[in-house]
Amino acid sequence: MTQRRIHASLAASPQPRLLRALTILATLGFASTLVLGLFVAGTDIQQGPVQRIFYIHMPAFFGAFTAFGATVLGGLIYLWRGSEAWDRIALAGVEVGLAFALINLLTGAIWARPIWNTWWTWDPRLTSAAVMCLTYAAYLMLRAGIENPQRRRRLMSVYGIFAFVSVLLTLFIIRIVPDTIHPVIVGASPQNAQGSFEATSGVVLALLPSLLLWLTLMPITLMWHRYRLALRQEAVDALKLKLLGG
Amino acid sequence: MKSPFAAAVRAIVSKDLRAEWRSRELVSAMALFALLSVLVFSFALELDKNAREEAISGVLWVSLIFASLLGFNRSLSLEHDQGSLDALLLTPVSRSAIFLGKLLGNFMFTLLVALVLLPLMTALYGVQLLDSWALLTTIVGVFGFSAIGTLLATLAVQTRSREALLPIALLPVCLPFLLTAVRATKGIVSGAPQSEWQVWLQLLAAITIIYLVLCLLLYRFVLEE
Repeated sequence: MTQRRIHASLAASPQPRLLRALTILATLGFASTLVLGLFVAGTDIQQGPVQRIFYIHMPAFFGAFTAFGATVLGGLIYLWRGSEAWDRIALAGVEVGLAFALINLLTGAIWARPIWNTWWTWDPRLTSAAVMCLTYAAYLMLRAGIENPQRRRRLMSVYGIFAFVSVLLTLFIIRIVPDTIHPVIVGASPQNAQGSFEATSGVVLALLPSLLLWLTLMPITLMWHRYRLALRQEAVDALKLKLLGG
Repeated sequence: MKSPFAAAVRAIVSKDLRAEWRSRELVSAMALFALLSVLVFSFALELDKNAREEAISGVLWVSLIFASLLGFNRSLSLEHDQGSLDALLLTPVSRSAIFLGKLLGNFMFTLLVALVLLPLMTALYGVQLLDSWALLTTIVGVFGFSAIGTLLATLAVQTRSREALLPIALLPVCLPFLLTAVRATKGIVSGAPQSEWQVWLQLLAAITIIYLVLCLLLYRFVLEE
């Protein structure tokens, strides 16, 4: 990195106006979808209030899907063009996606406790969702284990592409392995699904805004912040190197 | 087999085979490890007659994957440590040829271990694993995870703590193989009608092809220097 670029990125470059607007929008959107899900939507007759967690549980998975998708895209474009920016996007996608995937798992467990009478069961979909989290945790471990920055970017782009298999597996596993008790939202639930949902108009009203928010605004805003953090981190590293080198 | 691509693949495979033939350390270590893990499983799971039919295909595939980890790590770290990977890169050979060469070597070693395990487990547990369909499933499955394993081992030898990182990187990614191969083998062993398990074998083949194509496309980025 040249001296000028170090200073350019270190000089506390103010948040772009668009990012600030996105942050405010995402915060407001999150608050209003919470209101929609917690107060406006009707209480589920069979499941009671706990069903409301679904308005976060499913959107969180799709938020992770967006973020992990960005990792694949970032990896592909990095391999093709070799611009570091896309690798930062890929890394941001992994971290944001992992956070969302953990929210997805956690809310699912909280919902399953009263409905399935257990926090966790080795259902195919639950298992694959857990494996998905582990895959991206492995991504972060691998990433930390490669010292040469250029090599790190290249290798992690490849791994980020392969890791997406676990996301697709989670998405499609209940179509392949029918013995799941996890309810299916799109299309008919399997026979043995327990605690299924009917997408009534009330559910859709609360779900759709939340889904859109988690699918687009939330991951994009968070990833942008993470991207800027990566820039700072690199600038600090470069500065450290320069000072050490005299 | 006159094209330079095929010649390069053949040269790498025959080099690996010759090295293995002279040292015989890789396959014997892998086979011993696979055997031990089968034994460990049978003690840990207390496999009686009924439990066996349920669990045996899982035990087979997990043992195979664990043993193959040993082989992949060794095969690539040998290349890396002795600088022969760099030497290979200097030669005017396409990266895909290097990949295919290493893959075929790894595939043969793991398959050899599988061929030891199948009759042995048939004899030890009284289940019918010596079936042409079971053999086909084994070949396809072993080829599939050898492909991704070869790529990830090449990736892992370039990291700081490589022995620890290969299993972490490989196990989650090869789960689709485990899932489909175990289901297919289980169906075959239990004597279920072909229509019931055929779909798993087809899925396994599809996943293998997808992974192979991805690996062929992406390997040059793992190796590039």
